Amino acid sequence: MTVLGGPDGHYGIYGGRFVPEALSAALDQLDAQFRNAIVDPSFVEQLAALERDYSGRPNPLTFAAGFSQHCGGARVYLKREDLNHTGSHKINNVLGQALLTVRMGKSRMIAETGAGQHGVATATAAALMGLQCTVYMGEDDTVRQSLNVARMKLLGAEVVPVTIGSRTLKDAINETMRDWVASVEYTHYCLGTVTGPAPFPEVVRYFHSVIGREARGQILAVEGRLPDAVVACVGGGSNAMGLFSGFIDDQGVGLFGFEAGGDGVETGRHASRFATGAPGVLHGARTYVMQDEWGQTLPSHSISAGLDYPGVGPEHAYLHDSGRATYESVNDQEAMDAFALLCRTEGIIPAIETAHGLAGAIRIGKRLGPDGLIVVNLSGRGDKDVATAARWFGMDLGSGLEASEGR
Amino acid sequence: MSATLAEIFSTARTQGRAALIGYLPAGFPTARGCVQLMAAMVAGGCDIIEVGLPYSDPLMDGAAIQQAVGQALEAGTTPDVVLDVVRELSELNVTSVVMSYWNPIERYGVQRFAERLRAAGGQGVITPDLTPEEAGDWMAATDVTGLSRIFLVAPSSSDLRLAKVSSVSGGWVYAASTMGVTGARTQLGDAAQVLVERTRAYTDLPIAVGVGVSTGDQAADIAKFADGVIVGSAFVKAVLDSPDIEAAVDAVKSLAAELADGVRR
Repeated sequence: MTVLGGPDGHYGIYGGRFVPEALSAALDQLDAQFRNAIVDPSFVEQLAALERDYSGRPNPLTFAAGFSQHCGGARVYLKREDLNHTGSHKINNVLGQALLTVRMGKSRMIAETGAGQHGVATATAAALMGLQCTVYMGEDDTVRQSLNVARMKLLGAEVVPVTIGSRTLKDAINETMRDWVASVEYTHYCLGTVTGPAPFPEVVRYFHSVIGREARGQILAVEGRLPDAVVACVGGGSNAMGLFSGFIDDQGVGLFGFEAGGDGVETGRHASRFATGAPGVLHGARTYVMQDEWGQTLPSHSISAGLDYPGVGPEHAYLHDSGRATYESVNDQEAMDAFALLCRTEGIIPAIETAHGLAGAIRIGKRLGPDGLIVVNLSGRGDKDVATAARWFGMDLGSGLEASEGR
Repeated sequence: MSATLAEIFSTARTQGRAALIGYLPAGFPTARGCVQLMAAMVAGGCDIIEVGLPYSDPLMDGAAIQQAVGQALEAGTTPDVVLDVVRELSELNVTSVVMSYWNPIERYGVQRFAERLRAAGGQGVITPDLTPEEAGDWMAATDVTGLSRIFLVAPSSSDLRLAKVSSVSGGWVYAASTMGVTGARTQLGDAAQVLVERTRAYTDLPIAVGVGVSTGDQAADIAKFADGVIVGSAFVKAVLDSPDIEAAVDAVKSLAAELADGVRR
């Protein structure tokens, strides 16, 4: 497997470590423990056992016969990360980092969360391993993802609504970093995506690489060949990087990432970093950033809280510039159309984040035609999004569900 | 002509005291008002003004400075406004450095920013999220222009890192007093003194202590072992708590006087 993150954590000109000096020691410690752990058979076995017995891996690769009919006849397979414990791919990374936290002798994990999936996964692993847990979440996101807030609290985590800035994922990361600077001695920052200062992009990618490894074996077993394209939504980009990592050396496999187009890239209300951003530094890494002419971060916008982020993982920036991967935008309307289509054709309610990848699969399928073979990462399930979807589709839920969604 | 950083620290040392460095963001509360406030801080006893370049994601800063830079950004403060503030300070013979997160400098153009800051009379730049490992372009630009590169050390820094950071620093070494973001602390532990003493083993540069310092008594404690005392959030808070610019001018001037008395005790 190609590993671009060298010891200094750069991917071409991207990545690196732009942090207050106070965090240098903790990042060095994480780097050393990570490298030590992944060659330690007992760590590898511990993680594998958790993935098997706790998360429920390997999860299936499901042929989506009905959905495929809407994809230009291309055969579309779904990598079922939605079937993991906690309902998304996020648990893969969190179990690995929780084991590292224990290994470093730290007693507390903190995390940022957008859609709440990473927060829920972190709260879950913390409960399992007896660690304290605090999750920072933009106040706007605590409202649109109130179900996940309740889940985190049930799991014993403290949820801190972030009330500054744009009140979304970007500001939650700022607050988590601020907590970490002050608590780093006993706290691990369980970063939820493939960005942030080195070694986080490499660590998170490593723990998600199980997605691509399994998917590659499964598609070869069932179809006898590699897919023409692998497809995923890209917020920070962890589910995409996990899937891509299994195919990055297979030059015949196209890597396609779909970022949130919000109301449409032309409206300015979106989270399309590659379409409109420029290289810059955000949250510890050099990458594509939505920013103004003075380097101030611009607010992002998406119906999906998990994709509503103005930066992106630095390895994606590298893959973009090198041409190895292709990134396109999917707006709210296209994503919700794909969301509805998967519900009706496959009996699977996807996360709205994931629906952006599904819309991408429809697009790629139509380009490939009937001979095409696609694997799309079904990165999460949509229970958390039921209220948002119901509003979008103008459904009358009655007062019962409104109350249960806590608004 | 304003004094150089070396001259200021040397004068303070001769007088048997620490230098006092005061921070305010440019453009806070307004582009004109901030220069008035900074001048008042100097009148009260600040030796050096640290001009903050407002940034949307100040992850090293606590609530007071976040609020202030937010106001400055809403008022349209750009790096060019920051350069204007530095220029006005120079015309008043006030020695200043800029404090900036890295992205605005990179976006402005590293060499271009260094040249323009130098031309405006700025003496150096504090870069809270830039460590020497990522500072290749910055080293080159500051070498050419002669700007001082002021990097930070922290209580968690290893000896190896203290050596590395101080070896490429100029002007002074910025020692963060505690593990945490900016903002007043009622109590500062002994971490700052330990850090300053550890850092002295690797450099002859002055060492100034910041983060959490807000009172004359705290300044006096730090002045016993450090060459400089840096105060930011307390000045910002004095402005935030003032009903108008006149009151703010009085408030920062009297805070500066209290701190200046502290560094002389």
